[in-house]
Amino acid sequence: MTPPDRPPGPPVEPPGDEPGVEPPEVEPPRPAGVEAGGIEADAGRWRKVVFDAVVEGNSVTVTLLAFVAAIVVGGLLIAFTDPVVLPKFGHFFSAPGGALGAAWSSASGAYTAMFRGSIVDIHTVSAAFHGGSITAVFEPLSETLVNATPLILAGLAVMLPFRCGLFNIGGTGQFIGGAVVAGWIGFAVQLPPVIHVVVAIAGGLAGGAVCGWLVGFLRARTGANEVIVTIMFNYVAQFLLLYLLGTHAFRRPKRIDPISRVVHGTARLPHLLGGTLRVNFGFVLAIGAAVAVSWIIKRSTLGFEFRTIGANPDAARAAGMNVERGYIVVMLVAGALAGLAGAAVVLGTDYSLTPGIYGTYGFDAITVALLGRGTALGVVLASLLFGALHAGGVQMQAATQTPIDIVIVIQALIVLFIAAPPLVRTMFRLRGQRSGPERRAALKVVGA
Amino acid sequence: MKLELRGITKRFGSVVANDHIDLTVEPGQIHALLGENGAGKSTLMNILYGLTRPDEGEILIDGSPVDFSRPKDAIAAGIGMVHQHFMLVPVFTVAENVVLGDERTRSFGRLGFGLLDRRRARQDVLRVSTQFGLAVDPDALVENLPVGIQQRVEIIKALLRDATLLILDEPTAVLTPGETEDLFAVMRSLKASGHSLVFITHKLNEVQKMADTITVIRQGKVVGTMAPTASDEELAARMVGRAVRLAPEKAAAKLGDVVLSVEGLTVLDDLGNTAVKGVSFDIKAGEILGIAGVQGNGQTELCEALVGLRPVIDGRFSVRGRDLTNRATREILHSGVGYVPEDRQAEGLVTEFTVAENLALDRYDQAPYSKGLALDLDVMDTAAGEQVKQFDIRTESIRTPASSLSGGNQQKVVVARELSRTIGLLIASQPTRGVDVGSIEFVHRRIVEVRNQGSAVLLVSTELDEIAALADRIAVMYEGEVVAMRSPDVTREELGLLMAGAGTGEKAAPAGAPA
Repeated sequence: MTPPDRPPGPPVEPPGDEPGVEPPEVEPPRPAGVEAGGIEADAGRWRKVVFDAVVEGNSVTVTLLAFVAAIVVGGLLIAFTDPVVLPKFGHFFSAPGGALGAAWSSASGAYTAMFRGSIVDIHTVSAAFHGGSITAVFEPLSETLVNATPLILAGLAVMLPFRCGLFNIGGTGQFIGGAVVAGWIGFAVQLPPVIHVVVAIAGGLAGGAVCGWLVGFLRARTGANEVIVTIMFNYVAQFLLLYLLGTHAFRRPKRIDPISRVVHGTARLPHLLGGTLRVNFGFVLAIGAAVAVSWIIKRSTLGFEFRTIGANPDAARAAGMNVERGYIVVMLVAGALAGLAGAAVVLGTDYSLTPGIYGTYGFDAITVALLGRGTALGVVLASLLFGALHAGGVQMQAATQTPIDIVIVIQALIVLFIAAPPLVRTMFRLRGQRSGPERRAALKVVGA
Repeated sequence: MKLELRGITKRFGSVVANDHIDLTVEPGQIHALLGENGAGKSTLMNILYGLTRPDEGEILIDGSPVDFSRPKDAIAAGIGMVHQHFMLVPVFTVAENVVLGDERTRSFGRLGFGLLDRRRARQDVLRVSTQFGLAVDPDALVENLPVGIQQRVEIIKALLRDATLLILDEPTAVLTPGETEDLFAVMRSLKASGHSLVFITHKLNEVQKMADTITVIRQGKVVGTMAPTASDEELAARMVGRAVRLAPEKAAAKLGDVVLSVEGLTVLDDLGNTAVKGVSFDIKAGEILGIAGVQGNGQTELCEALVGLRPVIDGRFSVRGRDLTNRATREILHSGVGYVPEDRQAEGLVTEFTVAENLALDRYDQAPYSKGLALDLDVMDTAAGEQVKQFDIRTESIRTPASSLSGGNQQKVVVARELSRTIGLLIASQPTRGVDVGSIEFVHRRIVEVRNQGSAVLLVSTELDEIAALADRIAVMYEGEVVAMRSPDVTREELGLLMAGAGTGEKAAPAGAPA
């Protein structure tokens, strides 16, 4: 017998008693002593908040509006840091139109350039109709995809452990691990064409996996906090890379700066749209990885285990799951994904190792995972957005002298707005979009 | 204060939470509001406290109608509420919490601002606490206080705002038996001083003990007003809407071979103290061994050790002759042990997961639930659908997150999961804690069924009623030891004494021997 009259839609949120389906009953609190658990408990609470933010996430609306808000604020910043615009505001009261017009044209000019650099430039389209180059039309998109590729992979490497309750800040280190192994196989080993690139990619996966496994192992066996371990490993990896680039095995002959030898043609990832466009098979690998991760999370026993451990490790243990093994396996897979990102960069676009090859991928990956709301599809979409911002940023700087740093500012603003959903809701006067934790808190107050 | 509610109706969409409820609380009376979870008690009280407005009906205080649009109005009219979940600031002192929202200040002349009058706050707390026997230190930090004392702070808070009618929403749900007695003493002294009390609960014995009048609510309607002399069965039947068998019918135990054999088991607690001290007992097929004891005497650690969640320091245990000491939880569960953990939300369920996922929690990696790495979601759903029906789990669908189920239905999910495997031994720890009467009855019946089918059952409970109703043999645990083994016809008084440590001198009778 189920309660017959549950409202079909959610017209009103009943604040408590409602036959049958009730608000979560809160168990009797544990004795007061346990509450004052100190740092451990604080860390746990903090972890829970982050976990909720990522996995339960915000509504799609809030995510999109956060993006809009970031673009608007970013536009204001572009306008008001423009050396052409600022003096005009000195005459704001005598000629307000001039000042506002300049501000508008500065911001819109920057964003238009960004669009041209990341999606499509209308001039190249018309040129193509008049006998110009067709590849030029696709160049911005190609750049966007190239930028998105390592972000997707590294983003997955953050998102997957999130689902298992681990915070993988070690994308950078695992990326380097993958890049070093893949790169070394690429330039130091001679193999037939197809086999060479496959082996190099496998090496990249393995290199990252080892770095990830180590973190999982330390967490599982010693309880070492993975956040601290991964951050420290990032430094180890960065300096190890620098050291390796100075060794005979890596350094490019006749160069004094730290740069490795060049990856053989046989180990390079094939281009997807002809030789001049940089988009390569790495993007296909990234999409494939996203599909695989999505399958793991939703439809595999392994993912079921990860999600259980992430949501409630005690229940996982009581149900007979091996929580420690789960931590190790998820970090191994995450490391492999980040390593693949490194391989995709060194075999797909850079063709050699440099001290800065890891860029900001490791940290952008965290942002992407946050923005992607804990799903593989979300990570792909967020990575495409960030890829476009980066690709467009280059064009913007070239065309309008707006510093490319503004791209980072916009990224940061998106994260800020995502992290503060009430702010976005207030700004756009949204109602009733309360996310899980807040709603629960609200129910509590009503005495449910 | 005399309070009357007349024809209160509240709808949420098509759901009628309160349907023309009439209720009269006489001055100086303890009026119990009895009903299962979800019957509409809390909605009614939220209306009374100004948190929600009724669609129809009126509230009268001493004969004149009032209209509360927010809690402040209700407080001004002399209504105080002690919520089930306390509204206290943990890092503030008792005195600070009590004046919160109603801070009295010492002002400086006409400056219009002032300082918080802490001395006065402390004095107020002391005055009220001595007047009503609510002993509490006004300077203690709330976070350092046990739950029972925190509740007192809430009561003091209401009294200091001159409440003459106090609503206590499930006040005993979070209390230990001792704290409950203290609370009852406070309630009596409040009543003696002319306060009216509305006491919301679903525990029958408390109602019989404390109430002057009992109003039973079911599905949003008042289904009866009863005197505290009504029997358990009458109250439960009114509350649930059908006859309820509080103690399940139980044929004499048909004992088989020994299933669980525990020898000299020693286990540590989280702090490294010895929580279980060389405990030995056997349970035979077709037998329920009840472990009685006050919470925290090693029962939790014992159960955790038996399912491999806590290392065994010394001794051993075997299930059907197979030594499982310190084996992995998975191995123990797979060798036919069902485990209902004591805290369903902390260990029994993943509340974010759907009902279907929770029902597969310890089986997801076995055929037919999975093939290799791939989960078979269809099998999972079909099995969940059957179990929901079979175990009468009231949920909108199998895709509803477990968190939106009531406590009783959450517990049924755990029980359904553990009992739909083939098991030779069931370890059930506090299987009906915080669960409504209907679900208690159901869970009890299932446990007896498992026993009748020839499984051994280890039942840990702090509720003597539960132990008395189910156990074929009762072991009393005190400070980590089994201090006595008794047959179920032992008197309550004797059990109570044993639980309090009176049997420490007596060494545990040899396992299986009648006491």
